[in-house]
Amino acid sequence: MDIGLAHYLVVAGALFTIGVFGIFVNRKNVIVILMSIELVLLAVNINLVAFSAFLGNIEGQVFAMLVLTVAAAEAAIGLAILVTYFRNRGTIAVEDINLMKG
Amino acid sequence: MLAGMAFYTLAAVAVVAALGVVSSRNPVHSVLFLILTFFTAAGLFVLIGAEFLAMLLVVVYVGAVAVLFLFVVMMLDVDFVELRQGFLNYLPLGALIALVLLGQIGLVASAVLQNQAVQLNPDATAQLAATNAEAVGSVLYTRYVLVFQLSGLVLFVAMIGAIVLTLRSRVGVKKQSVSRQVGRRRQDAVGLKDVRPGQGLG
Repeated sequence: MDIGLAHYLVVAGALFTIGVFGIFVNRKNVIVILMSIELVLLAVNINLVAFSAFLGNIEGQVFAMLVLTVAAAEAAIGLAILVTYFRNRGTIAVEDINLMKG
Repeated sequence: MLAGMAFYTLAAVAVVAALGVVSSRNPVHSVLFLILTFFTAAGLFVLIGAEFLAMLLVVVYVGAVAVLFLFVVMMLDVDFVELRQGFLNYLPLGALIALVLLGQIGLVASAVLQNQAVQLNPDATAQLAATNAEAVGSVLYTRYVLVFQLSGLVLFVAMIGAIVLTLRSRVGVKKQSVSRQVGRRRQDAVGLKDVRPGQGLG
């Protein structure tokens, strides 16, 4: 059987949904929430690359690279904030992060 | 046939590993599942002909981001069992939202496929340059060179931000100060005291 664009889109959709599901299920653990965000960005990357390959347009892969860059920067900043927060408060539970009464 | 089998294997492993990321009890296992997900996604990219991005995914995610996660998970002394509390409470809501989201994505996808809005290019890979890396580079360094530089700036700012956030000057730590050590004179350090017998220094 031939693997088409729809197959890749189904995989990306599944990964995206699992990522969003992870954000809602692990509401207390910031680390797992960050990992779920990485999953969501990976799903977006799969979509971009699949469309890039099946439309014969290389620019999708360039943008996937940019998404990769932003995801790496986001992970670095997020984990740095997490480490600082843990150092100051001794916990990383999400519901305790209410200093700004947001 | 072989490509189909490889695709289905990789896709199944990716989805199962992603489920493992969100549902495993131990965050270290979550990180390892995340690494597996990225590896299988890299395999999918190779299958589709995006080798450069696949290698980039392995280098950036498995080599840098996942190790960063692993470091943070292992260095923080967090009671992860306590953070697991309420997992089952949030499960129905999360499942509902996930199902709604999946339904929406499916609706949009089926509508797009029905309208034939996407014109697929069958001999797509033939148009590209000799290798995938060459094709990406020929676009990235010409048309998108400004965007490329800006993404480098994003990484630079992120690096400075992470360093500034985590750098701390701790008080009460004994450290060697070479300039003070060298600049010390005899008269600052040693003095003669005339101590009377039986009285001490007081």
